[in-house]
Amino acid sequence: MEKKYFDPKDLRKFGKITELQEEMGTKFFDYYNTVFKGDTALTEREKALIALAVAHTVQCPYCIDAYTSASLEKGADEEQMMEAVHVAAAIKGGAALVFSVQMMNHAERLSM
Amino acid sequence: MAIKQKSKSLKARGNNLSDSFFQLNVLNGKDIVDSKFPGFGDKIAEIGHRPLKTNPVEIFQLNIGKLCNQTCSHCHVDAGPDRKEENMDRATLERCLQIIASVPTITTVDITGGAPEMNAHFRWFVEEVSALGKQVIDRCNLTILCANPKYHDLPEFFAKNKVQVVSSLPYFSKKRTDSQRGDGVFEDSIKALQMLNAVGYGKEGTGLELHLVYNPSGAFLPGSQESLQAEFKRQLKRKFDIDFNMLFAITNLPIARFLDYLLESGNYEEYMQKLVEAYNPGTVDGLMCRNTLSISWDGFIYDCDFNQMLDLKVASTSQHIDDFDLDALKDRNVVVNQHCYGCTAGAGSSCGGEIA
Repeated sequence: MEKKYFDPKDLRKFGKITELQEEMGTKFFDYYNTVFKGDTALTEREKALIALAVAHTVQCPYCIDAYTSASLEKGADEEQMMEAVHVAAAIKGGAALVFSVQMMNHAERLSM
Repeated sequence: MAIKQKSKSLKARGNNLSDSFFQLNVLNGKDIVDSKFPGFGDKIAEIGHRPLKTNPVEIFQLNIGKLCNQTCSHCHVDAGPDRKEENMDRATLERCLQIIASVPTITTVDITGGAPEMNAHFRWFVEEVSALGKQVIDRCNLTILCANPKYHDLPEFFAKNKVQVVSSLPYFSKKRTDSQRGDGVFEDSIKALQMLNAVGYGKEGTGLELHLVYNPSGAFLPGSQESLQAEFKRQLKRKFDIDFNMLFAITNLPIARFLDYLLESGNYEEYMQKLVEAYNPGTVDGLMCRNTLSISWDGFIYDCDFNQMLDLKVASTSQHIDDFDLDALKDRNVVVNQHCYGCTAGAGSSCGGEIA
């Protein structure tokens, strides 16, 4: 059998996780659907763009497909979507770089 | 600015998909693709709609021709500048006028195309229908207003006849609009909207209604109409000082050039799956096919414009306006097929936008 990871069709099977642990799975999907449903304090479009940005930082291919579609459906355009990814990248890059302060502190401690 | 056409029509290209029978075979998994989806007829049977029956006719929709100044990549009519043959003649329009006058339940006359304004009898017909006291809707691609000086006074003409203008604008940015409709379309569409605003369209208190139609520019479904409307209003006002009344979010149906796009781009199966999964039984009561008659350029009668393009005539002994018989069309069974999933997906879709 061919072994492969990240088959896009697997996303459609996501709901099946409840078959092995119904209560937890159901609670997760209830919560998930509550988060994304409707314009609340954030609009559905804003939530989709945040999800798209987070999808890139957690590098989840299913989430990237799903929230690219969702962002388009909710009326975001490609420029906004790319900006959202830049926001994620800036935070992720910044998070790496800010540790350089620790590196600088430690280097200073060790140096004459 | 001259519009750069996306392509020629499927018909001009000799593409198999210009044949409605071929399209139906694709939709039913008998050609090109072998993917099968649950039958739409079976799906609505689950909620007691086998057959799907009509209500009294309220909307008389005429597709008065396939001639258009644009060749949009999603067009279910396969309209374009090369479709010069299929346009409604004066005699057919006169017969339609008699029917409209004789059926009191018809409140709205919805004129579409192609670019309906390019039909030589368009203005005469609008004036006649307007004189009957019926609401006229013109489905306008906007750029026609800028296409030629002879169309520049259309906003005044529309205003004089209190025509409701329903305009296509897939997005408030050039990239998304031009990718669907042709380079240069966005710029001319904005100009046209400003021309319509200038005579009072979309402005509060004038009674001149200007609605926009949002079609997704690709293989995805429209989001919430209310939310899209709010975003379009904000952005069009901010960027171009444009006002409009409502935004209708319409799902692209897998017919003609949109079907061709789905197949060519490898998106067909996924898109159909999305439509099927998004099936919403709450939309069935409000489907436009149930209170509409759709008339083709050559006078045949259909349940809707989509059935018209697939050549699925009404299930009635009265299939042409020359044999128009209201009794034979009453309580008829709507002809359904797999494309109908497009109108029942999510919040539903009709010529007036969301249903549910």
